[in-house]
Order: sequence, then structure tokens, then C-alpha cells
Amino acid sequence: MEVKDALIQYCLRLGDDAMIMGHRLSELCSNGPILEEDIAMTNISLDLFGQTRIIYTYAAELEGKGRSEDDLAYLRPEHEFQCALLTEQPNGHFGNTMARQMIFSVFYYHLFKELSKSPDESLAAFAAKSLKETTYHMRHACEWVVRLGDGTEESKWKIQDALNDIWSYHHELFEKDEVDEKLIDMGIITDTATIADDFYASVNEVIERATLGTPAGGWKATGGRSGRHSEYLGHILSVFQSLPRAYPDAKW
Amino acid sequence: MSSDNQFPQWEVFIQSKTGLPFKHAGSVHAADSEMALQNARDLYTRRMEGTSLWVVPTDSIVASNPDDSGSFFDPSNDKIYRQPTHYVMPEGAKNI
Amino acid sequence: MDDDKRLEAFQAKIDREEKIEPRDWMPEDYRKHLIRQISQHAHSEVVGMQPEGNYITRAPSLRAKVVLLAKIQDEAGHGLYLYSAAETLGITRDELLEQLHGGKAKYSSIFNYPTLNWADIGAVGWLVDGAAIVNQVSLQRTSYGPYSRGMVRICKEESFHQRQGYEIMADMAKGTPEQKAMAQDALNRLWWPSLMMFGPHDADSPRSGNALKWKIKRETNDELRQKFIDKTVQQAEVIGLTIPDPDLKWNEETGHYDSGEINWEEFYNVVKGNGPCNNQRLTHHKRAHDEGAWVREAANAYAKKQLEKSKVA
Repeated sequence: MEVKDALIQYCLRLGDDAMIMGHRLSELCSNGPILEEDIAMTNISLDLFGQTRIIYTYAAELEGKGRSEDDLAYLRPEHEFQCALLTEQPNGHFGNTMARQMIFSVFYYHLFKELSKSPDESLAAFAAKSLKETTYHMRHACEWVVRLGDGTEESKWKIQDALNDIWSYHHELFEKDEVDEKLIDMGIITDTATIADDFYASVNEVIERATLGTPAGGWKATGGRSGRHSEYLGHILSVFQSLPRAYPDAKW
Repeated sequence: MSSDNQFPQWEVFIQSKTGLPFKHAGSVHAADSEMALQNARDLYTRRMEGTSLWVVPTDSIVASNPDDSGSFFDPSNDKIYRQPTHYVMPEGAKNI
Repeated sequence: MDDDKRLEAFQAKIDREEKIEPRDWMPEDYRKHLIRQISQHAHSEVVGMQPEGNYITRAPSLRAKVVLLAKIQDEAGHGLYLYSAAETLGITRDELLEQLHGGKAKYSSIFNYPTLNWADIGAVGWLVDGAAIVNQVSLQRTSYGPYSRGMVRICKEESFHQRQGYEIMADMAKGTPEQKAMAQDALNRLWWPSLMMFGPHDADSPRSGNALKWKIKRETNDELRQKFIDKTVQQAEVIGLTIPDPDLKWNEETGHYDSGEINWEEFYNVVKGNGPCNNQRLTHHKRAHDEGAWVREAANAYAKKQLEKSKVA
């Protein structure tokens, strides 16, 4: 595999994760537990779509086939998306959303810290910008996990269940295939294995503050990086892509 | 207060640039101080309005009574000697 | 001071264009009128998130999506500014929401109409926000300080909203025949409800008297509606869309557009709760509120524990 091809795929994965996560959060607009939280969710969603646009644009530029950010977002079929299954999982209740967001943000916080040192300047700049945003998303989600964990009895079991459920989806974020290997070999990205300790330390710290129990092992979700998704992605895309698909000649 | 409510109110003050005074921006609702800070950040600094934030429980603000405004503020009306323009400087004096 | 004297001083203050502040004396009717008007305004911003939110997941480009998200986020923010302003009058947000859920407080009827195609998102920005802006610009000069300050902030932030909507309409109108048809369809459906946003004719608007005397409102419903029509007609022409009013024509003498009569029966019907989406909107708001109860309870319980801990420490 050529380095350039690996980098294109890697950027698409970053973009797909951000886009599908951003989409899930965008579904929550006007559904938050308090109006202030609607603003918080849309803020995070906006940041993620901002990240999507930057990294898709870069991927398209590397690819050099004249595709745009919107071509990548709207005109690729389901199996060409390479997002982690975590991002596709439904919002559920507020605890589900926050547990998912915590895992996602903590992982990306540590990843972006490393990627911001990449010799690939565009990737490094993207990561540095995204790191600032993600630091805030992480803080927001972690504080909510703590509140729910150390809140009422009801909130405690709800967030514990949510955490247990979503835990199966965190492993995939650390997976590596030939795309990652190539870029690690070339020194362009960092091996996710090196951030695993930090990831678990961060999550455990929150779990402890939240007076929760460590989620148990069990089933490990996988498949997103090779285009094998949960059933949810098809539904997400059928909505997300509906207009450009229905009116291919239209410019919006 | 019932345990399900819209959270207590906090007043938000923003410093738009370092060196400038904090200015009252409005209020937010939040259950705790961290949430108040985050909500204030999300609501009042969406357009790069600030570099620093204060949040204060609304209950903690002590305000003067409008009925007292005469006794509070009018007495400074005739103390014009507190203004630099009250003083006559000798012609030609510089940097004063 | 007795109330007559206070009332006289209050009116004099308003006549001098000085703002009334929360702790100032005010007639009970002034307070009530403000609470009703500001809360209605706040609820409108919040319920208004729903028809626009209907297209967030389907926005046809990433740019369109972030713009729409940012706009709806602003509406939420404006709801918050306005709830805060209402709260300075001695009512809590819990009470305001109770009034909304109980049907006692209203919101703008325009949001009881559905958004049915992407051009509706354009029409909402262009017409609905356009109408709201005419009203809000006027309200920047309202006599109540916190309301006025809220309006100044809102007007500043909303300046992009109408442009966003008009841009969508313009793009659709010059797009494929299907897109143009969508744009015209959106205009056809939302034009009249937009005019209704300004409320009944002045002659049929019972509460306007005091509101104008106390400078809560600065211009009448009909004056504001006329302003909106006058500025919007030309904008429709520029992008080649037809306003669905056969009686619309320029009046040389008055220097304004004459327009056809609004279907007031429809207006009152929607206000009474019989619009296409009244039930849907309120049910949605109540559901989100109810589903969030355990979260708010948890946050309050957590805050209480933290407070107790800090006392012990």
C-alpha cells in the first residue's frame, strides 16, 4: 500500500467518525434535558462537522480526483464509510449519549495530542485544532458522567448500564490494519497502543469520581474500518444523503 | 424546591480581552458551578466574545434599592472637585 | 408614595425614554403584560427550533448543515436570553414552562405549520425570521431594560439568519425546475402565516393601548406588517418568485404596497390550537422535558452532595 493511499484512507476514517458522531448529536437538537444542554450538544455537533469538512477536504485533495467534501459525505455508499461502530450507536437516553461521548472524546483527546505532532503538516494542524475542541467535549461529557453516577439512584444505574453497553465499542477505536501499520512505519501517525494506558487512566478516573463500577469485558464490536457496519449506519445515511441522492442534478 | 427543576440561576460576567473589566452578559441556569461555567461559555461566547468568564449565583448578588438612588447617588452631584477639570493649571505647565 | 404618584413618576420616566429596571416600581399590568409578551417570545424561539430542526439531518450540504445548526443553536440561545429577561420580573423558568405545557402561554402560530421541503428552511429564514426581525428591531427600544438589552443582543446575532434563508431561496429559485417549484411552494405556504405573525389588525388588538403607552411595543401590528411587506416584495422579485397575493400592488399615493386580506379565521383557529402542528410541537416539547426529568434530578442531587461535602471540608 502506498503511503498516500494509506493517508487518504486514514483521513476518511477520521472524517467518517466525526461526521457520524456529529450527526447523532445533531439529532438531539430540541430534545435535551434542559435548554442549555441543547446549546451544548449543537456546539459539539458543530465542532465535529467542522472537523469533518477540514479532513474530507484534505482527503479529497490528496486523492486528486476532484471530489469535494460533499461528494465524500453524500455520495459514498454505506460500505465505503469506515467509521467506528461506536459513532453509529443510537442516542438512547441522555446517559447513553454521555457515555458514548465520553469514550469517543477521551479517545480522540489522546489521539489528537499525538497526531498534532505528526510530520504531515495538514494532519498536525487538523489535530491541533481538533484537540482544543475535543478537550472541551471531553470535559463536558465527563462531568455529566460524574453527575449521573453520583446523582440519584436511578441515574446511577442508568449511566452504569449505558457505560456497560457502550464499552463493547471502544476496542475498535484501537484497532490497526495495513492502513495504520503503513502510516506508523512511516512515522506519520502514532500507534494507538501507545495511548491505551492514557485512555484507560482517563476513563477510570471519571468512573471513580462518578462512584461507578468498571464496565465488564465481553463482546467486542468490530468491522467499521473495513466497511462492515451496524444496521444503524444505513438508516443514518438514507436520511443524511436523501436530498442529493433524490435530486442528483441539483446544486444546493 | 422540587428536585426536578430548571436549576438555579447564575449571573455571567465576561472579560472580552485581557486587561479589560468583566462585564455583565446575562444569566444561565445550572445545577453546579462547573455546569454554570460550561453553559455560560456555550451561550455567551459563541462569537468569540470572551477570554475569561465569571459565574456568580444570582442569589449572591446584592443590589441597591432604586428607592435609595437619591440618597445613594445624588450626593456626588456637587462634588465636582473630584473631576480633574475642576482645577485651573498655570499656563504653560506640561504633563499634568 | 401612593400608587397614583408612583404611576405618574413611572409614566414620566417612560416618556423621557428612560428604561425601567427590574427593581423599579411598575404597575402590575405592566409586569403582567411584559411577562406574557416576553415568555411568548421566548417560547416561540424554543418551539421554533422544531420545524427547522426537522431538516438538520437532511441538510443537503455540509455547509448548509453547519449553518442551519448554528442558526437553530442561536434560537435556543435567544430563548434563554428571553427567559432570563422574563425571570427578572419575578417569575421562574419552571413556571414559564408550566404555563407553556398547560396551554396558558402561547408561542408564535407560525411554528404550528410544518416544514415540508428544503426550501421551507429558506422560507423560514427569509420570511419568518424576516418578520421577527422587523418586530425585534422595533423592540430594541422597548421600555423594559432587560427586554431591550436582550433584543439588542438578539438583533445583532440574527442578522445572519435572514440572509441564510434568502440565500437558500435564491439558490433554489435559480436551480433545477424541481428546486424552483419547491421554492415557490414554500413561499406559497408560508407567506400568509408570516403576515399573521404580526398579530391582528390594530383595530382588533385589544391590548395594544397600554402596551404602546408604556412603550412595551413601539409600533403597531399593522405598521410593522407593512414594513415587512414593503421590504420583502422586492426581494421576491429579485429571485423570480411570486408572492401568492393577487391583490398585491404598489400604491404611489401611500408609498406602500397594498395587499389582500389575511384569512383571520385561519389565524384564530391556529391560535386556538387547531393548526396542523400545534399538538405535535407541544407534545415534542413536553416529551423532551419529561424525558429529561431524571437528568435534572440527578444533577440537583449531585450538586447537593457536593455542597454538603464542601461544608464538611
